[in-house]
This record gives sequence, structure tokens and C-alpha cells, in this order.
Amino acid sequence: MNNPFSNERPIYLQIVDRIKVKIITKEYRPGDKLPSVREMASLMQVNPNTMQRAFSILESEELVRSHRTSGRYVDLDEEKIAKLRKDLAREQTTAFLGSMEQMGFTMDEILEELEKLREEK
Amino acid sequence: MSILELHNITKKFGSKVALDTIDLTLQPGRIVGLLGTNGSGKTTMIKLINDLLTPDQGTIQIDGKKPGIDTKKIVSYLPERSYLDPGMKVKEVLDFFNDFYADFDMEKAQALLQDFSISLDSRIKTLSKGTREKVQLVLVMSRKAKLFILDEPMAGVDPAARDHILDTILSSYDEKATILISTHLIADVERVLDEVIFLDHGKITRQEEADSLRIRTGKSIDQIFREDFRC
Repeated sequence: MNNPFSNERPIYLQIVDRIKVKIITKEYRPGDKLPSVREMASLMQVNPNTMQRAFSILESEELVRSHRTSGRYVDLDEEKIAKLRKDLAREQTTAFLGSMEQMGFTMDEILEELEKLREEK
Repeated sequence: MSILELHNITKKFGSKVALDTIDLTLQPGRIVGLLGTNGSGKTTMIKLINDLLTPDQGTIQIDGKKPGIDTKKIVSYLPERSYLDPGMKVKEVLDFFNDFYADFDMEKAQALLQDFSISLDSRIKTLSKGTREKVQLVLVMSRKAKLFILDEPMAGVDPAARDHILDTILSSYDEKATILISTHLIADVERVLDEVIFLDHGKITRQEEADSLRIRTGKSIDQIFREDFRC
């Protein structure tokens, strides 16, 4: 696979993140049917049990709904997608701030650096 | 019901204790890594399960039965060393397996060989070590067994082919079966494992869900292994 999983974090959580990204980038749209556990596992080259676990989490977060007979569907309205985008942004920036602070940068320094980058763009 | 149960197993070779009072239970539908350094007892354990050695003490049950003729019907075993007749052609080996094992799926075997670009007409002796390993893996994974035991399935293949082998194992895996993979190539294999067993000097030092180990430690199985077995 061109984008392998990291071994440090549970793979099912990495799958959950990838599917969330596919949802906010509209690759998976509300109402879309998701591939079966088996298909998805082979697509992502993971153990079907791992895939099953990732789906269970998406279901418990109510991003995906499972119909007993016809499979799994992306189950979101625009409001939920907006919230998901915010959550993911918060997650990423928190991680970024964490590693910057670990290197001793203050919030002002970080903001300054970001501003510079914005001007360069 | 568990698919494999080892109870109080000890095996000695002379004065050397290869396995020391081992207790182990495996559930169906799991991919389990048996991880240990050379000489930790992995192959001894596997040979006991396959009735190629007998324990000095303790009992083994596979799907409720003692190792023997009945369990060979439900256990598909990839040994560490090649046992293929070098003079045979690949297709003759397939026929041999087809005659020998009632659960052998010929079509699947042919499809997997094609996938690996291995010709049915090649003779075993003309194949490289890595290709022979692939042929054996195909044979073993083409059975509809309940328990697959793979002893160092990728030791002889180059890193680029390892992913392909793992994907073959995954794609041919029936979710009701259990696969026990012994290996020291942990970084290559860990992504497919549900559960890991660490074996050190004949004793089990860890048995845990791979993901709960990662959550607890924030480390990969490979890192944990290197720390546990640092000499």
C-alpha cells in the first residue's frame, strides 16, 4: 500500500481516522453504502477483525449506520459533518501545539510563525 | 470453544528445558503472532501441536482432540523447512495435496500461484528458496482448515515480497479459522496480528491483544519486543 499504517498506534483507530477524512472530504457522502468488512479489509490490507473493530467505533460514534441485511451506510447530515471537521481540526492542532510546546515555543512564537507562513503562501 | 489449548506443557531435550510449564489458550477467528528469539521454543511448541514431538508433561487439545490423525485434518501446517520433493513439478505437488487433504481447494491454489506468477510446470528444484516458500504457503493456505500454523512463513523471501505474502495470508483467511504465525520479523508482520504471544526461554512472558498493548505503551509490538528481549 502506498500509505502504510504506523505500528505505534492501534490500526483500527488509524482506519477510523482515514474514514473520517474520506467523509469530510466528501469522498464518502451521506447515504453512501460502504464496502463490506471483507472488501474494506482487503482494500486497506488489514485483518478483517481490525476492520470490524473500526466499523464498530464508527457506528458507536454514529457516523455509520449498519442495516442488518443490506450493509453499512454513511449516516451523517451536514451538521454532523461540520462538527466532524471541527473535531479533526482540533485534534490535529492540539497534537501540533503539543510538539511545538515540547520544543519550547510559546503560543506567541507559534502564531508568529503561522502568520509568516500565511504571508508566504 | 477454544481451538487450541496447552495445559502445563513441558518439553526437555536432555537437560535443556525447551518449554517450561506452558499454559496457552487460543480462540477461533484470530490471527496470533508467536514471537520469540531464536531458541525461545517456538518451533518446539509448534511441533508438539502437530504431533511431531510428544510432551514430557502436560496436555494439548486442538478443537477438543489430542494431536494425532484427527487433528491433522483440521490443522494446516507450514513447517520451517521445505518438505517438497525437488523432482516434482508444481502441478504434481498440487495433485498430491488434493489427494491427501479432503479440504484442499484446488482452484484457490491455482489462483494464488498465478497471482505469484509461479508456473504449474516448473520443477521444485528449479525454484529459488523464496519461490519454494511461496509454493508451500499457497499449499498450506489453500486448505479449509480450522487452525493454520505457519512457522517462519517469510524467513526466506525478500522484504518486498513479504507484504504480498501477508496479503495472501489475509485474503485467504476465513474469519472462523485461527492462524498462529511464528516469526522474528515482527515489524513486517505486526499489522495483521490480533494477538501476540512472547516466548522467552521456554516461558510465555506476554499474551495480549496487539492493540491494547499499543494503547497501553504507545509503542509498536516490534519496539516492545526489542525492549523485552534486549540482551
